Amino acid sequence: MHSEHSSAVAHQFLDMEQQRESTLLGMWAFLVTEVLFFGGLFISYLVFRAWYPHAFVLGSHELNVTLGAINTAVLLGSSLTMALAVHAAQEGKAKKIVRFMGATLLLGLVFLGIKSFEYSHKFHENLFPGASFSFEGPDAPQVQIYFTLYFLMTGVHALHMIIGMAILLLMLFRARSGRYTAEYYAPVETFGLYWHFVDIVWIFLYPLLYLIHPQ
Amino acid sequence: MIVPIKTYYKVAVSLLVLFILTVAIAYVDLGSWNIIVALIIATIKALFVVLYFMHVRYSSRVTWLFALAGFFWLIILFTFTMSDYLTRS
Repeated sequence: MHSEHSSAVAHQFLDMEQQRESTLLGMWAFLVTEVLFFGGLFISYLVFRAWYPHAFVLGSHELNVTLGAINTAVLLGSSLTMALAVHAAQEGKAKKIVRFMGATLLLGLVFLGIKSFEYSHKFHENLFPGASFSFEGPDAPQVQIYFTLYFLMTGVHALHMIIGMAILLLMLFRARSGRYTAEYYAPVETFGLYWHFVDIVWIFLYPLLYLIHPQ
Repeated sequence: MIVPIKTYYKVAVSLLVLFILTVAIAYVDLGSWNIIVALIIATIKALFVVLYFMHVRYSSRVTWLFALAGFFWLIILFTFTMSDYLTRS
């Protein structure tokens, strides 16, 4: 009955397929909580934007639409390379897994590099909310709300990417030592779910923060 | 099941096209419709990612249930909150 039992299958599972399904469902359950976590930020955004539409336009004009667009394309590319890494894992091609995970990691680094460049620019222009925030005009307090949401939403998103990249680096080394095979690839697939979710968050962040009413 | 590699490339191209569309439409003044159009396009993109990159299209019913549960509670959060804030006088 337990003929399929190998060292990669934990005690509590009947076979590899049951283990894989459970692993994936665990990640899905986590992602549902993540949807609602980010949902709280998005609903705050919508309420404040409905209240102060003009200030949100002014705030968004301080962002660089081109840099945001480049980052959107970069993250889209990293989702593709991650999907290809999962595909390579399903076929048990260790070298390809490493290559595509490396590409995903690299694109993640590019994204965070551009993001930190944008952040430092905002700090320099005193647009970070707090005591040193300054903005010309009567809408300054409401523009500060926009920037509070901007830093919160993109900051929490960037934190998700940093955590994801740390896990990805670990998995890259494991892939290199041949840990993942055509039978045992669930960890790669499960991590892929997380990475794609982080991409989806950005798919909504980009138009909402950068493209409100571009000049 | 293993999704054919071509599917991933097709999805990526579709996402790229929709992304360019979002940027282009943002420069057209549609008044309050701009945000609605932007959200519709973003939702279509998210759907592509969920169905193909995240394999939901090829997954078990219980996976569908989990994915829909997230969406369902999100809609409740948005609908109930906005039905209050948008109808205050």
